[in-house]
Amino acid sequence: MFDKPRNCCPGPFLPETVERRTPGLASTRLVSPANPMTELIDDAVPPLLNAYHRDPQHYHELFDADGGVRAPWRRMLAAIERADPAQMRARADLVERQIRENGVTYNVYADAKGTDRPWVLDLLPQIIGATEWQHLAAGIAQRAALLDAVLADLYGPQALLAEGLLPPELIFGHENFLWPCQRGAPPGGTYLHVYAADLARAPDGTWWVIADRTQAPSGLGYALENRQIISRAYSDLFHDMRVRELSATLRALQTTLQSAAPVAAGETPLVVLLTPGRFNETYFEHVYLARALGVPLVEGYDLTVRADTAYMKTLGGLKRVHAILRRVDDDWCDPLELRGDSTLGVPGLAAAARAGRVLIANALGTGVLESPGLLGFFPKICERLRGEPLALPSVATWWCGEAPVRKEALAGLDRLVLKPASPSRRVEAVFGPSLPRSRLAELRARIEAEPATWVAQELVDLSQAPVWQRGPTQAQIAPRAVSMRVFAIATGKGEYTVMPGALSRIAAKAAARIVSMQRGGGSKDTWVLADGEAMIDAPRRRELRAADIVRRDDFLPSRLIENLFWLGRYSERGDNYTRLLRVVLSRCIDTSAANTAAFEAALAACRRVRLIEGDTRPLRAALIDALTDTSAPYSLAGVLSRLLWSAGQVRGRLSSENWRGLLEVQREAQALDRERLDFGNALELLNRLLMEVSALSGFALDDMTRDDGWRFLMIGRRIERLQFLADVLACALQQAPADSATLEWLLELADSTITYRMRYLSAPQLIPVLDLIVRDPANPHSLHFQIYELGKHLRRVDAAFGSASAAEFEQMRAQLDALDLSTLEPALFGEPGQRDAIAGTATMLADIAAHARHASDSIAFHHFSHVAAASRATLSA
Amino acid sequence: MSARYVIHHETEYRYDSVVSVSHQALHLMPPTLPYQRCHGHRLRIEPAPTHRVEEIDGFGNPLTRLEIDTPHRELLVAAEMDIEIDARTAAFDLDDSPSWEDAVAALAYRGGHLPTAAALDANRYRFESPYVRWNSDIAHFARAQFAAGTPLLRACARLMQRIHREFRFDANATQIATPVAEVLENRHGVCQDFAHLMIACLRSLGLAARYVSGYLLTTPPPGQPRLVGADASHAWASVHCPKHGWIDFDPTNDMRPGDGHITLAWGRDFGDVSPLRGIILGGGAHELDVRVTVVPVAK
Repeated sequence: MFDKPRNCCPGPFLPETVERRTPGLASTRLVSPANPMTELIDDAVPPLLNAYHRDPQHYHELFDADGGVRAPWRRMLAAIERADPAQMRARADLVERQIRENGVTYNVYADAKGTDRPWVLDLLPQIIGATEWQHLAAGIAQRAALLDAVLADLYGPQALLAEGLLPPELIFGHENFLWPCQRGAPPGGTYLHVYAADLARAPDGTWWVIADRTQAPSGLGYALENRQIISRAYSDLFHDMRVRELSATLRALQTTLQSAAPVAAGETPLVVLLTPGRFNETYFEHVYLARALGVPLVEGYDLTVRADTAYMKTLGGLKRVHAILRRVDDDWCDPLELRGDSTLGVPGLAAAARAGRVLIANALGTGVLESPGLLGFFPKICERLRGEPLALPSVATWWCGEAPVRKEALAGLDRLVLKPASPSRRVEAVFGPSLPRSRLAELRARIEAEPATWVAQELVDLSQAPVWQRGPTQAQIAPRAVSMRVFAIATGKGEYTVMPGALSRIAAKAAARIVSMQRGGGSKDTWVLADGEAMIDAPRRRELRAADIVRRDDFLPSRLIENLFWLGRYSERGDNYTRLLRVVLSRCIDTSAANTAAFEAALAACRRVRLIEGDTRPLRAALIDALTDTSAPYSLAGVLSRLLWSAGQVRGRLSSENWRGLLEVQREAQALDRERLDFGNALELLNRLLMEVSALSGFALDDMTRDDGWRFLMIGRRIERLQFLADVLACALQQAPADSATLEWLLELADSTITYRMRYLSAPQLIPVLDLIVRDPANPHSLHFQIYELGKHLRRVDAAFGSASAAEFEQMRAQLDALDLSTLEPALFGEPGQRDAIAGTATMLADIAAHARHASDSIAFHHFSHVAAASRATLSA
Repeated sequence: MSARYVIHHETEYRYDSVVSVSHQALHLMPPTLPYQRCHGHRLRIEPAPTHRVEEIDGFGNPLTRLEIDTPHRELLVAAEMDIEIDARTAAFDLDDSPSWEDAVAALAYRGGHLPTAAALDANRYRFESPYVRWNSDIAHFARAQFAAGTPLLRACARLMQRIHREFRFDANATQIATPVAEVLENRHGVCQDFAHLMIACLRSLGLAARYVSGYLLTTPPPGQPRLVGADASHAWASVHCPKHGWIDFDPTNDMRPGDGHITLAWGRDFGDVSPLRGIILGGGAHELDVRVTVVPVAK
């Protein structure tokens, strides 16, 4: 028998002592809470800290109990005090600008403002001294190793259950305990490759583990990004303070995945990052990590399992995947053996993992250890499995499945937070202190009805860290509740390396008891200071030999290539439509140009390319729709939203500069607001937009590796340009062939005005204009140039993938070469003859546009058709 | 006393368009049990699978995994088995079982006490699973049969009788994924629904109950009524009793399974032991035919 609750670990303060100990902390050394600043205001405190209210209930990261600045913070605070306000403003601006430009976002599903919300990063880092960190890191490494051992037991012999050290209620009752993953053999024997612990500091200064993240911990990418931004804001100080580097952590992860991946002799391991997609709240980080690790970012559709082996679907066929770093939740990873309704997973993946044919990090089913009910059991399990005490304490936790423990939890219900033991309960955490008496009774009844599904936890009064606040007149430093997510990476044989840094999170309010990004908090970089001379040992990575040299990326998912192709098409279309609208709007504003033949021809061109659809509306309304109607697929706004969508799909392949360019496009696109639109403003907007969209083509030309992805992007661009220009030329020739003003805007569309002027020093005339924009092989906007380039790209594609797409363009080229511009001379056959010749040319151009359309379809069919089919589940009784 | 059967279980899919890849997980191999022996088993699959693996699943059932990479518009899985079953309705009194509260207590975790192997095994089947979730209505429905101190098996029999009495068998009323709460509300369903409901009731009380998939004799012996669910695969519930182990109850027929019930597999619910669970790429809409015959073999 026992007389103490067994699954309850001693928290920072047990409920019966809560009242006694918390206020006690404030009693002696802190300044009077009623007027906290009186003692300090005279000389020691800079004006920045005037409004810093030191609530004595909390631990303060910045100040010790006597009001002195804690050692790790002194240099930082001194530097900030020395800095003049302009310098700090510049730093804050830099941080904000980088977040915007790097497109750091955290998506909140329920956010009405749309999915992408900018990341919130405080200008001041959290700072942890060397000695304190050493203790923390050792505790985290121990805990990670312990949890890995627990997982190996739960998915193997289950001795911990048999010995009564873990309740089956918490394991078998948890939705992430996956029965199909029993008796698996994870390559390298590791279940937990990436572990994160959420830590909070109690009023007495001790760090407590609040929660374990074992499934697919998020935040590592954000922590690295935060570091990149903040270290830049304080480059000198960062160096002087000897802040420890984070880069070794990613290298450790790379090494772990590559060295444990089950490769056959002679194979280079292929590692991929599996994301649920761009609507996931942490998608930014998936892109960031995939790029930082140098691995393809894939979705479930990009992978397939054949004969218990995972493969990636690439343009060149199936490529074996050896390791999957996953950000898809446990039970969503395989619709065959896990959740049948999941479209995020890969059918057969669980079996491939069971067979040890693919490394999944973290192993499937690791999420079971995220149950808050387990916290109280770890101290005993640590003694049993490791023969040593658990170094880091967890927050006081009562699993209500045991009667004596439940009794204790129920007695303190109004001070505790109640959480479901498994996420399958779909219950939100309930905060005792915020419940009225009647609701407490109701909660008590719910717990009594199904006690094993409830867990009670102490609410920690989080420590407070200083945050930078930009005021309207003057900046100041204010306290905010802070918590810290610390990451550990498996290095093999049950060992872990802990990243010397963290994702620190701050609450939206000063005295919060919970910190959540979803509730509108922010984040901080976390500086761990180095001790003594040595900075950090970089773990050794897998040696790359000459045989490993990769020149051609064979690992582009077909879906990605398809999206790159469309990105090419839409960005070119955005460029073309912007130019065409600019032609029309500028002539609308200039009344002398309105209602001319050239203007009518431009409107006809708009109709031909479906920028304007239907003829019944007044011109102004039709143009406003052409600019702003996002529901119309061929309006400028519609094209831009498709452009941004396809860019989002391939974000992992775009350089950060390119992505920034796209964000600029997005900002301009959002300004296309029909309520506030006047044509003068719209024209300016189009000019800016053209700059941004043209920049994208620069990125495509200069910035991307010449791989198959790039090739298909360029194919998309060339086909689009060919089709657009051929369409518009055909239309103009039918409408107003010899009209100089019409030819002028044709030159404008083809960005060839300057070349024409330099060559001819005269008003535009039909034959030289057609030569320049149809036949001239040196003009990158000419039809000839597009066809020539397409032929070149497609011959490469045909050679690699056995398609026959280039032939179509050879035919078009022959057609163009046969075009004799002298037949367009009026003198030759007289005016009727000239009219026929022009009509014939127009038909030929329309024919080229139709061919381009057809070629696009056949390329899509040949190279992307297997992408479209979706998996479905079937069940039979 | 024993009975011997030949069972044919054919599943046929006809797809509207070509299926390019198909993964299937089959629970079509009857286990050997103290009261059941398998004398022969054959599986015919068309088209022939590109990859086939025989395994044991997490609940101890034989599992066959198939992968078909050749494009196809029809899939046929035909299982044939030769089974011998002993009579197992041993004449013990339903009242000769511990009270249901004691049965719950024997399963629940108590710190400092080692669980028995049987209790640990039974705990696999004590909690919510994808097809077995419950609410207070279900708990309330269950509770009426479980007055304080009632012997476990007596209470289970009453629960089975009540489901049989108050629910209408209707092959068209529900789908595979019909939630148990809806079955309770509408008072109709098929054998799977009744098994799921009975399991949900038992688990809501803290008991361990599992889902058994199997077959019934198609044509009854002369003079006996034809049982419901005989021309398809059948399902019933099993409850864990600390004294007698797993005891089966068939709420669809209000009877305790004997030598007319052939056990195919068990799990937490239908999802764990569905005879054919698959994921296909392509295929469009499909038609499904399932044909089951269970014929006694003269000895």
